[in-house]
Amino acid sequence: MAGKEITRILATDCGSTTTKAILIEKRAGEYRLIRRGEAPTTVEAPAEDVTKGVLNAVGEIEDLEGREFLDASREGIAVGDDLSRGVDIFVSTSSAGGGLQMTVAGVVKSMTGESAQRAALGAGAIVMDVVASNDGRLFHEKVADIRRLRPDMILLSGGIDGGTIDHVVELAEVIRAADPKPRFGVGYKLPVIYAGNRDATGEVEHELGGMSALKVVPNIRPVLERENLGPARDTIHELFMEHVMAQAPGYGKLMQWAGHWVDGRWENVPIMPTPGAVGKLIEMVARAEGIHVMGVDIGGATTDVFSVFDSQGQPVFNRTVSANLGMSYSISNVLASAGMENVMRWVPFRMDEADLRNRIRNKMIRPTTIPQTLEELIVEQAISREALRLALVQHRELAVGLKGVAQERTIGDAFEQTQTGATLVDMMKLDLLIGSGGVLSHAPRRCQAALMMIDSFLPEGITMLAVDSIFMMPQLGVLSKELPEAAAEVFDKDCLIRLGSCVAPSGQSKDGQTTATMQMEAPDGRTREFRIVYGRMEVIPLGVGEKARVTIRPAKGIDVGAGPGRQLESVVEGGVVGVVLDGRGRQPFGLPAGDAERIRKLQEWAMAMTAYPEKFLSLGR
Amino acid sequence: MAFAYTPGLRVADVTTVRKERRLPLKGRVLVREGADVDAETVVARTELPGNVKMLNIANILGVPPDDIPELLLKKEGDPLSENETIAQSRGLFGLFRNTVRSPIEGSFESFNKVTGQAVLREPPIPVTIDAYVKGRVVEVIPDEGVVVETRATFVQGIFGIGGEVRGFLKTVVKSPDQELTSDLIDASCSGRILVGGSFVTVATLRKAVSAGVKGMVVGGFDDRDLKDFLGYDLGVAITGHENKGITLVLTEGFGRMNMARATFDLLRSREGMLASINGATQIRAGVIRPEVVIPVGDEVQGKPPSREQGALVTGSPVRVIRAPYFGRLGRVSALPPELQQLETEAHVRVLEVEFGDGSRAVVPRANVELIEE
Repeated sequence: MAGKEITRILATDCGSTTTKAILIEKRAGEYRLIRRGEAPTTVEAPAEDVTKGVLNAVGEIEDLEGREFLDASREGIAVGDDLSRGVDIFVSTSSAGGGLQMTVAGVVKSMTGESAQRAALGAGAIVMDVVASNDGRLFHEKVADIRRLRPDMILLSGGIDGGTIDHVVELAEVIRAADPKPRFGVGYKLPVIYAGNRDATGEVEHELGGMSALKVVPNIRPVLERENLGPARDTIHELFMEHVMAQAPGYGKLMQWAGHWVDGRWENVPIMPTPGAVGKLIEMVARAEGIHVMGVDIGGATTDVFSVFDSQGQPVFNRTVSANLGMSYSISNVLASAGMENVMRWVPFRMDEADLRNRIRNKMIRPTTIPQTLEELIVEQAISREALRLALVQHRELAVGLKGVAQERTIGDAFEQTQTGATLVDMMKLDLLIGSGGVLSHAPRRCQAALMMIDSFLPEGITMLAVDSIFMMPQLGVLSKELPEAAAEVFDKDCLIRLGSCVAPSGQSKDGQTTATMQMEAPDGRTREFRIVYGRMEVIPLGVGEKARVTIRPAKGIDVGAGPGRQLESVVEGGVVGVVLDGRGRQPFGLPAGDAERIRKLQEWAMAMTAYPEKFLSLGR
Repeated sequence: MAFAYTPGLRVADVTTVRKERRLPLKGRVLVREGADVDAETVVARTELPGNVKMLNIANILGVPPDDIPELLLKKEGDPLSENETIAQSRGLFGLFRNTVRSPIEGSFESFNKVTGQAVLREPPIPVTIDAYVKGRVVEVIPDEGVVVETRATFVQGIFGIGGEVRGFLKTVVKSPDQELTSDLIDASCSGRILVGGSFVTVATLRKAVSAGVKGMVVGGFDDRDLKDFLGYDLGVAITGHENKGITLVLTEGFGRMNMARATFDLLRSREGMLASINGATQIRAGVIRPEVVIPVGDEVQGKPPSREQGALVTGSPVRVIRAPYFGRLGRVSALPPELQQLETEAHVRVLEVEFGDGSRAVVPRANVELIEE
């Protein structure tokens, strides 16, 4: 990069709920995080402009740092040479558009309609409506419904290649007549993806070309017994990040602000979608260390999962955005998707269901609130486990080796649609799991984040756990494009909090029986032996940066990474939590069925992890 | 966080409300710019082609399709009434004639000589759109609809279900903390929009539906009751299309929550006036909130808005919006700048609030919203 060295950096991430700002400076030869500020994201009245939230978050840094970072008018960021004010560069990411809500259309509701729905769900969208030629609604009713729902995007499919054209064109006519107005109003054409009968492409283009941002992709159902969801799904993903997210009010202004001076010339730095930025960072880690990595970023409207696993000897990066899972805007959808029972099973005390439901709904309608009581915190962390679990399920289904390869279906499958295909995600192979997002980064105790990640992702064998210290991976991701060394340094020193290795034998046993013994050679040279007992958890102290050689001997049929019953020699790493021995079993992992026993076990595990202050044991009594 | 915003809910004594009224497809606008309209005034209409009914005349008469045209008593475009004869065979020496009668009222659209099929069409389906609120047409959208403007009392709720309805306002509770119970609903509530206090149950809501109540504006409602009433669990908050015989607007949230005094007093001051309400809610960026619009005409003078949005200062009236003080109203009594530790062990910016009964509590700044005086 030409010009003066950049030593003062301001980076923001406009999330759907909260806008986070960080100040990074180069001091004594190294880039370090100096301050952090946050403010509610402002896409709703009274301040329908994302930059307001940015100004507020930066304003908080000003308050804490006692210096000015906003320009003289206080309507923008001061970027320039003045050492007494402002910074050398301002960069930003954004996911402020929130989740992705789609309407899909297909000729036959149970055939192409369903394929379209699957493609949209697979891309992490919320499907608000399935419009089909045979859905029983009249033309004008379909039109009215599309208008009322204001989808962010429409996926139009229908007809196998060489099949019906009339019906597909009729659906295009419905969309044309609806002329839906996007949520953020003026100046933007609604993205419509056409993934239907290729013979109808010309007529669909004629109908929709002018009034929408039409993108044509290969048919999702080229023949009856074969589904080809990849291209449509990828395009939904791409358009969401490039098109929909960028429509948040005030985004245009933010684009102008992001940049720096290079030799007297202003150079803009493009705003990166948050999932893109975090993904970049995860990929960077996997590449630098040559390991299998997963990352998860749980936000208010969306939960993003990233993975790097090998496929035919090559590392393959996969990213999924579950735009229907999150801790504020999408929190009720977590409840609806997972079911009340699945959420309740993680709550280590008795609770009235009606009360829990009201709490979740109130969080949805007032997304920026935070838990004040221990009980509220535990409930929120219970919900997060289900959001993370469901996001992983979605990621597993989509993280397949080669993108866009058609999934073969037999004629029988055509009537009973199920997902198939081998996933690349292998929890036994996973080396590092990184968590980010408010509920994980801001968990008052780091061991709470560790427990949430272990409970939801169920890592197997030896897996290092880490968490984004203060939810700054998005900002570092966008920074890594401009100043890779600064991003890497801050990521390593200030962002990545190493929690410690989790050792989890996979397989079934009986409560109280030893599933594996672990011999550990501590850094001081002493050797100790630990028993991993089925149904129990234990934490062994091992500090940040400390490593220990281990020899793990699993019981018959139990796998710790070398195969069932086979001994594994490896290394575990310490962290702020320590080494977690998780003897609760895998494949499958289950909670006790009875309420009393379930609560007793949850309390026991939480105590073993010192997850909560002891008074939590008296909650719900 | 140092900043607290309300979700932007408006409670306006008198304000200008504009409503766009568009047909779902092109048609005819029936009113002119400048026209005064009532809420029920149809401002635009269009017609959809009626449904089609296929009738295989050749099969019914047992005659080759080619021969049918001579037997048809109707030609393309002719109107039809139900049971009217469309075609008749010649029979044997004029006897044993077979007859084809129209199963529908509508018109004879076409006959296909190859298949022997006749296409009959039902009468066009009229689609109309009304003004929704009493006011004046300030803009005509050619072939599509109009924009209606009105001077009105305007109250936004936080969540609602059901679409647009109208009715005269009737306050059935004495205070904003009183539950709207089923004994308060009688025959006089038919066709009305009821203003309640803190809460309503699903049983009362059902009674209201059977009593012909058009809409209800209350403080809170249980989510379990919502699931019971709708018959499904709401995933994302996108509502307005529920067809449950009533429109419900919640002003405060889920659970038992006193309606804010200012909202309650304002609605009560409009007792007996015609209100248009809509439960449609979309909670996502680009939010839509449910609303109560009460056109007031020119005679009512409005108070200027008293609140500066977003400014949280000592003395600001606030509502706590999260447990353990959920729903309680009070005033900010202190704004300590330093972070404080909560019971959760998190360190956050807080404020101290003094409740109506004089008691005080410390709550995170993120957990309050400013309310109208």
